[in-house]
Amino acid sequence: MIEFRSVTKQFPDGTVAVENFSFAMPAHKATVLVGSSGCGKTTILRMINRMVEPTSGQILIDGVDVATRNKVELRRSIGYVLQAAGLLPHRRVIDNIATVPLLKGVPKAQAREAALDLLDKVGLDRSLARRYPAQLSGGQQQRVGVARALASDPNILLMDEPFGAVDPIVRADLQIELNRLQRELGKTIVFVTHDIDEAFTLADQVVIFRRGGVIAQAGTPAEILANPADQFVETFIGADKGRRTLHLQSRPGDRAILVVDGDGRPAGVLADQAGSQARNDSAS
Amino acid sequence: MDFLVSALEYIVDPASWAAGATSPLPLGDRLREHLLYTAIAVPVAALIALPLGFYIGHTGRGREFVIAFTGAMRALPALGILFFITMVAGYRLSFLVAATVGSLIALTILAVPSILAGAYAGLESVDRQTIDAARANGMTEWQILVGVEIPLALPLIVGGVRSAVLQVIATATIASYVGLGGLGRIITSGIGLNNFTVILAGALLVTALALAVDGLFAIVQKLTATNLTTGRRADRKTRRDQSSGLDAAVADATSR
Ligand SMILES: Nc1ncnc2c1ncn2[C@@H]1O[C@H](COP(=O)(O)OP(=O)(O)O)[C@@H](O)[C@H]1O
Ligand SMILES: [Mg+2]
Repeated sequence: MIEFRSVTKQFPDGTVAVENFSFAMPAHKATVLVGSSGCGKTTILRMINRMVEPTSGQILIDGVDVATRNKVELRRSIGYVLQAAGLLPHRRVIDNIATVPLLKGVPKAQAREAALDLLDKVGLDRSLARRYPAQLSGGQQQRVGVARALASDPNILLMDEPFGAVDPIVRADLQIELNRLQRELGKTIVFVTHDIDEAFTLADQVVIFRRGGVIAQAGTPAEILANPADQFVETFIGADKGRRTLHLQSRPGDRAILVVDGDGRPAGVLADQAGSQARNDSAS
Repeated sequence: MDFLVSALEYIVDPASWAAGATSPLPLGDRLREHLLYTAIAVPVAALIALPLGFYIGHTGRGREFVIAFTGAMRALPALGILFFITMVAGYRLSFLVAATVGSLIALTILAVPSILAGAYAGLESVDRQTIDAARANGMTEWQILVGVEIPLALPLIVGGVRSAVLQVIATATIASYVGLGGLGRIITSGIGLNNFTVILAGALLVTALALAVDGLFAIVQKLTATNLTTGRRADRKTRRDQSSGLDAAVADATSR
């Protein structure tokens, strides 16, 4: 578990990025921090691995204050995926993935062997291992970034808008893959995004922020969708425009039952309903 | 044109290279001395400038200092430093030692700014995101410097050394003003003898040496830039764009 206790961060220029933030992120779950740009998400994330030091307050991992831990050791024990992948341009994919194990003194052959397995795990072909990062597409680079973050088998994975720079189709792919990986690995994930749909797709728990790292609402996607705390949350998740309240509607002449949003715009059909309808029809 | 032909004849004449030929000959000895001065001054300068440049480039601390400092150092006349040190040191030391020390210090001071600028501009040009990611992955500051920043900055670092070497070769002729050797000796004795052929031969040798050494460095620089993949080269291109300040500095240095 990652626990924030009254954490405040004021940068030297006077900007208060996070103010009196208290929150617990449960182990083996994906917590997604979502909010518009500049609201303090990255700052919160980077205080976990001490890339940013809080001005006051404490951050505890499984009850241990991170401030008491050696920075370098701490960072090696936490996976970190950035928006721009941040791969080392002068090292091959395989050596990029093996970065942390090599730093920890794992023998080279063994680290590389493990890196190849990780390529499989993140859905990349092993033939890419000897390439340099610039020879990969943006989506492939992100996958390598994820593989690198997983290489030392950390319990915690920090992801800062990791899919923000890739096109929507690749992005959807990566989200699905991350969900698959998470079912398999059960890491404690802290994921930052400004895209509420991405948050709902990936999260066990969603935290919606206002400016200054102030929580507007936290809860499971279902809780937030069913009960937006206030006007701000409603606007943020698009509930105010009726996009989130779906109804079933059967229209005369149509066999399938339509799902429509609050404005009456068709969002799709109900899969089970459509299936059973079809079966009923063929039975009769 | 006659001067040029006779100067070239003077250079290729085996007698000019023969052991025991009278001063300022043999040419081989003067060439060796010239290279020796360079081979001492540039590494000493690198020993001072590289760590300083790496420190400034890595920490971002003292940037204003280095810009003001290198500017001031560039404005120092090498000849003035040479005479000053030779005179001051001459009170204590024999003239030969004072002159040698003076020459080497003057040439070292000349070489420091380019190497310093290359080192710190090289490090500064490395993508901040890459360094941030390396740090977030648990690299120590030393590992970031040695494993990330220096390798990625190498072409610019070599570029700085390259322009320092050029400057030193071009300027090492001044050692002859205080009675030392080097190719400058050929020029000064030509002046003494009022013999334009000899003066020109000396100048040609300095030029040829500078071009040859510069060519070698061009190859080294190319190797550091291309021994790895398209990826590195593409990356380097954007970094070169960012560092046009250094290029200007180098151009300025080589044109002097
Ligand atoms: N190193 C810094 N120095 C000064 N201000 C900063 C620094 N990093 C972030 N900030 C400011 O803190 C606020 C929160 O930033 P950030 O955590 O990056 O937000 P987000 O990730 O939600 O976009 C912003 O106003 C930003 O400008
Ligand atoms: Mg951010």
